[in-house]
Amino acid sequence: MNANDYFSILQGALLTVSLSIVSLIIGIPLGLGLALIRWAKLPLLKDLAHVYVNLIRSCPTVTLVLLIYYALPEFGVSLNPLPAAVLALTLSTTAFNCEVWRSALVEFPKDQLDAAYALGLNQINRMRLIVFPQIWRASLPGLFNEITLQIKSTPAVAVIGIVEITRAALRVGSNTYEPLPPFIFALLIYSAIVFVFLKLQKYFELQMKEKGYL
Amino acid sequence: MNDFAIIWSHRDSVWVGLLNTLVLIVLSGAISIAVGLLLTPVLVGSHKMLAKMVQFYVDAMRCVPFLLFVYLIYFGLPSAGLRLSNWAAGALALVLYNSAYMAELLRGAWLELPASILDSGRSFGFTGWGLLRHIMVTPMLIRALPMIGNQLIQILKDSAFLTVIAVKELTHELNGIQSTYFIPFASFITALILYWIVCMVMETMMGSFEQFAASRRP
Repeated sequence: MNANDYFSILQGALLTVSLSIVSLIIGIPLGLGLALIRWAKLPLLKDLAHVYVNLIRSCPTVTLVLLIYYALPEFGVSLNPLPAAVLALTLSTTAFNCEVWRSALVEFPKDQLDAAYALGLNQINRMRLIVFPQIWRASLPGLFNEITLQIKSTPAVAVIGIVEITRAALRVGSNTYEPLPPFIFALLIYSAIVFVFLKLQKYFELQMKEKGYL
Repeated sequence: MNDFAIIWSHRDSVWVGLLNTLVLIVLSGAISIAVGLLLTPVLVGSHKMLAKMVQFYVDAMRCVPFLLFVYLIYFGLPSAGLRLSNWAAGALALVLYNSAYMAELLRGAWLELPASILDSGRSFGFTGWGLLRHIMVTPMLIRALPMIGNQLIQILKDSAFLTVIAVKELTHELNGIQSTYFIPFASFITALILYWIVCMVMETMMGSFEQFAASRRP
């Protein structure tokens, strides 16, 4: 392996991280939306959300990526690999984030809502001032867990030709006829990325403890 | 609808894929639970050096994405002089990867058990293997049951990655039909629905296990 090979795997790392971050930035608020729909028990919509979450959570990411990339053109929407990858990763993370948010919402004490109602807060202020500040703190560990899971599921998009870490390493391996060194380098990069996010989680949790939120 | 008829006419290869996926889940699920059970006492044990080594293995597995690990096993073993079929390499990757997760979640269950169980087992003269087999295993498994269920579903999802080394599991078979007849939507929707059904069956089974365990709880 020469410097160029290392560099190409590092470029893959950049793609892995940006794919994860983009899909999470879209997927976390969408997941909250779905969780609120299920929490508020909106007719029909809550059942649709329920089916969506169940279906996506039981579907392997690879299969989902293949479905989106190959099947959407049948309906006249043909996506390049990169948008297809973002779409697949976002659809999958949305379902998982919905469950994280929902478990926080389900455990939210109902008497607080009643108290807010009694104080005359309207629906928007009830959510904004009472519910949301508490559920996002309760969801933080689950969301961080989902971030590391998301990073580990990005290699699924390699099957439609996106050169992220794993595929970059595979490519270097088949060029140099020595598959092991690039894979071990890739492994180190993944560990480093996951490590950074775990540290970030520790830092956030410590901050909250100091402020007395946890 | 015509597309689904094509898939129906190839139901034998879909069936092969489904069967392979199921065998992979059951086999690697059972073995990785067993390995996890053996590693857990080491993880919580007093032998610091051994515990560190096992912890390193567990942490390493938890940092690697499964696809990368499959490639590592598939390309790495021949360099170490071991030649396995694609199926065996895939199954080995599933077992090695998930054993670490099982060990970690069983460790959590062990630590949550009241210390009195372990102490009273010891005071009745159980040590080592006997202590593990007669005293700890059952309450540990019962406590860890929901998480074991989640991990089995994770194995189902990981098994789809084995398509990259041409293991004939569900995704691989349906991708084959898809590329022959150009019917991607029908093929992958079929895969998705079959995975869903398998997941629901697994969840129902774990649910009845949990009820059985709850009814046996003193």
